[in-house]
Amino acid sequence: MPEFPATPFGAPERPPFAEPWQAQAFALAVQLHAQGAFTWPEWSQALGAALAAGGDDADYYDCWVAALERLASERGLASAGVLGDRKQAWADAYRRTPHGKPVEL
Amino acid sequence: MHLRVKALESVLVEKGFVDPAALDAVIELYAEKVGPKNGAQVVARAWTDPAFRARLLEDATSAVAELGFTGSQGEHVVAVENTETLHNLVVCTLCSCYPWPLLGLPPVWYKSNAYRSRAVIDPRGVLKEFGVELGEQTEIRVWDSTAEVRYLVIPQRPAGTQALDEAQLATRVTRNGMIGTALL
Repeated sequence: MPEFPATPFGAPERPPFAEPWQAQAFALAVQLHAQGAFTWPEWSQALGAALAAGGDDADYYDCWVAALERLASERGLASAGVLGDRKQAWADAYRRTPHGKPVEL
Repeated sequence: MHLRVKALESVLVEKGFVDPAALDAVIELYAEKVGPKNGAQVVARAWTDPAFRARLLEDATSAVAELGFTGSQGEHVVAVENTETLHNLVVCTLCSCYPWPLLGLPPVWYKSNAYRSRAVIDPRGVLKEFGVELGEQTEIRVWDSTAEVRYLVIPQRPAGTQALDEAQLATRVTRNGMIGTALL
């Protein structure tokens, strides 16, 4: 049985973002919308589709990122290929950067 | 996942589609500044100012803008009022549409599959899990928030609060009360 805990206003709440990347992904969507890359109805369709595809166990922000990637690709902002290569470049950069140094491409 | 976001961000910044400083400003705004306090202020004003209440029920987007609450995902807000015989409950069955300028970002349960799929089918059962038991004579109306219309519930003013002023009343309004999953 899922839990719906009621959080009284003023009581300590869970912060809106559990990890920094969630906040970054959130802000990217808000910014792209502000730039006119998509409308909110288009966004909600994309997010809804990602959530539906993810099923019951889907992580909300994983779906958020999937929706962002799909729209970025569909709108010609960043293709899946470019994003895949860039992700690999960052992974390599993290591996080769010594601890304590800023990670750069 | 953080590498995927890093890749997206760096490509979009490089191409000039987003500005890193603006991203930081967005995060600060929603993580720290915008929250249910805004909606609570609206509700308290509606309880104490009949003319404002009338404007809020007529055109909530303009009425909340009077208090300065505008912005992303608050483009079209509709206020629905609870009464002795009517209880309003808000869900977004498709994803997580929610009036950000008034309530901040939605709680985890609001985004869950369980809530999204069950609120419409079994609102009484869902409310029970929140600890809200309504009499059979109370009608429950479920509102499906969308990217076009987002709903704010005006809860009933709690009994025994006649002596409180608007600011004191605002502290009595809960986030869940404004979604319809709590009574005050």
